Amino acid sequence: MANIVIDNIRKSFGAFEALKGVSLTINDGEFVSLLGPSGCGKTTLLRIIAGLETATSGDISIGGRSVIGLPPKDRGLAMVFQNYAVFPHMTVYENVAFGLRMQKADDARVRKQVEKAAGLLHIEPYLERYPNKLSGGQRQRVAVARALAVEPAVLLMDEPLSNLDALLRLEMRTELKTVLQSAGTTTIYVTHDQTEAMGLSDRIAVVHDGRIEQVGTPVEIYNHPATRFVGGFIGNPPMNFITLPVRDGQVAIGQERFSVPASGGDIVLGLRGETVERAPAGQGLEMQVRVAEPMGSHLLLTGSILSQPARVILPATETVMNGETIGLTVDAKRVTWLSPENGVSYPAAA
Amino acid sequence: MTQNRSWIPYLLILPTVVFLGLLFIVPLVQTVWLAVSDNGVPSLANMQTMVSDINFGRSILNTFLLTLAVVPIQIAMALAMGTMVSKVNGGRETILWIWTIPLGISDLAAGMVWLSILQNTGYLNTLLFSMGLIERQTAWLTYQTPVALFIGIAIAEIWRGTAIVMIIIVAGLNQVPKEFKEAAEIFGASPWTRFTRITLPLIRPALQSALILRTVLAFEVFAVVYALGGRNFPVLVGEAYNWQNQNQNYGVAAAYAVLIMVISLAATLFYLKVVKVDPERLP
Repeated sequence: MANIVIDNIRKSFGAFEALKGVSLTINDGEFVSLLGPSGCGKTTLLRIIAGLETATSGDISIGGRSVIGLPPKDRGLAMVFQNYAVFPHMTVYENVAFGLRMQKADDARVRKQVEKAAGLLHIEPYLERYPNKLSGGQRQRVAVARALAVEPAVLLMDEPLSNLDALLRLEMRTELKTVLQSAGTTTIYVTHDQTEAMGLSDRIAVVHDGRIEQVGTPVEIYNHPATRFVGGFIGNPPMNFITLPVRDGQVAIGQERFSVPASGGDIVLGLRGETVERAPAGQGLEMQVRVAEPMGSHLLLTGSILSQPARVILPATETVMNGETIGLTVDAKRVTWLSPENGVSYPAAA
Repeated sequence: MTQNRSWIPYLLILPTVVFLGLLFIVPLVQTVWLAVSDNGVPSLANMQTMVSDINFGRSILNTFLLTLAVVPIQIAMALAMGTMVSKVNGGRETILWIWTIPLGISDLAAGMVWLSILQNTGYLNTLLFSMGLIERQTAWLTYQTPVALFIGIAIAEIWRGTAIVMIIIVAGLNQVPKEFKEAAEIFGASPWTRFTRITLPLIRPALQSALILRTVLAFEVFAVVYALGGRNFPVLVGEAYNWQNQNQNYGVAAAYAVLIMVISLAATLFYLKVVKVDPERLP
């Protein structure tokens, strides 16, 4: 078990700066996701932690010991790759045993550890088979079992579920959570899939353009995004951003007045689509509904608020026609106010 | 429409089949018949002449020794070259291009190149003389210097024939995803272990092809040997050539040809068996 301290890591590939000074502390036993769109630098950061890539500058310590310059094997970690990287010329048993064999563990210990890991991942029936004969989901289990068999202090996972089909992904996600919780391993999980990150993580670090935009629990990040990027990237539909004029430290929404952390000019209202309620016609925030989509569990409305694109969610029991104009009540406690200049949010009102 | 034209593929394949049939199978059958007949009756006379000839034993020994010396060195060098070039980012294509230059040279020309280096008035002697290591011209390629002659021929063969092995090996190495090596590295495998436990097993198909191709070519070695050693270093194909052209005895020449074919087939079967490729164990 080990904590990880990432201190101001930079990485350049020629003129391209992939990581622009990333710092992050991960507690012992914690599950942290690096979440971001492709090309944001999250995989590069993971590879630097693993020792497969060298940082241009900065420091990383695992369990209080700086690992910069150490080869991967001396960092006390294991890794699960996006395309599994399960060795095709070895049986599942030998794959799971690989790390232990490299540590020169005796046969008894190898067998014990392999059986334990195989049991956790439910791959006992395939131990004597070759990976070629396994499905994607089964191979992924082998890759996870191989990583857990060495009882690593730190487990690194690089988009481990992205090659699986949607149904299997959901199943493996639940299972991963169970397995990793019982193992208690410090885990860093790279993904571009926000639902995976939300569902699995203790905390999420949202990575954008070589920087960490925000670190927090899934709920914190969802409810109070630190930047416009985070609000737009997380949540489906993404957060709505509506620019409103400020007068005397207040904005007017329908008949209501909201105190905002700005005195004049404009301010951006960050509004989660499902935090609104339908108001009687002519009251609240006015929305022109272009398309109403009944999704069964809810009603998804796409249209505009004050001529700015917006998507909101109402209970399935509401009926709204395409082209209808409706009123929406906004809950002051559940909105985020952002600066229109730099897209950074103001601290949540106490 | 397409079902009615099932003969089209056959039509398109026909020329190559006819071509190979006429120019390969017919001569093959004729050669085998020539080897095992005498004046139109089945006979082992040619075989007996071949076996009892003074150069027979030496040519078999020389051919096998040369193959055993050259092929493993070529495979090892090709693996080393392929591994090294895979670490290079810039200029990779140029390096590969330079390495494959010997492929564009005929084997007789390759023999001539090395003759100009190794003959009495060649570059090697000039160099050694200018460095004061020898006092007069030294002969390397005579029957009195069999070891030097063997080494000279082996070096020339390695220089000439490694490129083809390297191309096959590089193609094989390119097909091994880097994640396999990275996973092995993460789990504590040293560079040597990664090479022996991960890379080598995964390039088995390329290794098998390279071994078969290179061994068969090594058993057919002729022009380089002829240029450097003449008849001082008898090899199987050289003997076939001599029986055909010097002695005008086509039957014995055919017997040699059949022997070379049998050895090549045996080597191929040996590799297919020993370097087995199990499709189940490939990526």
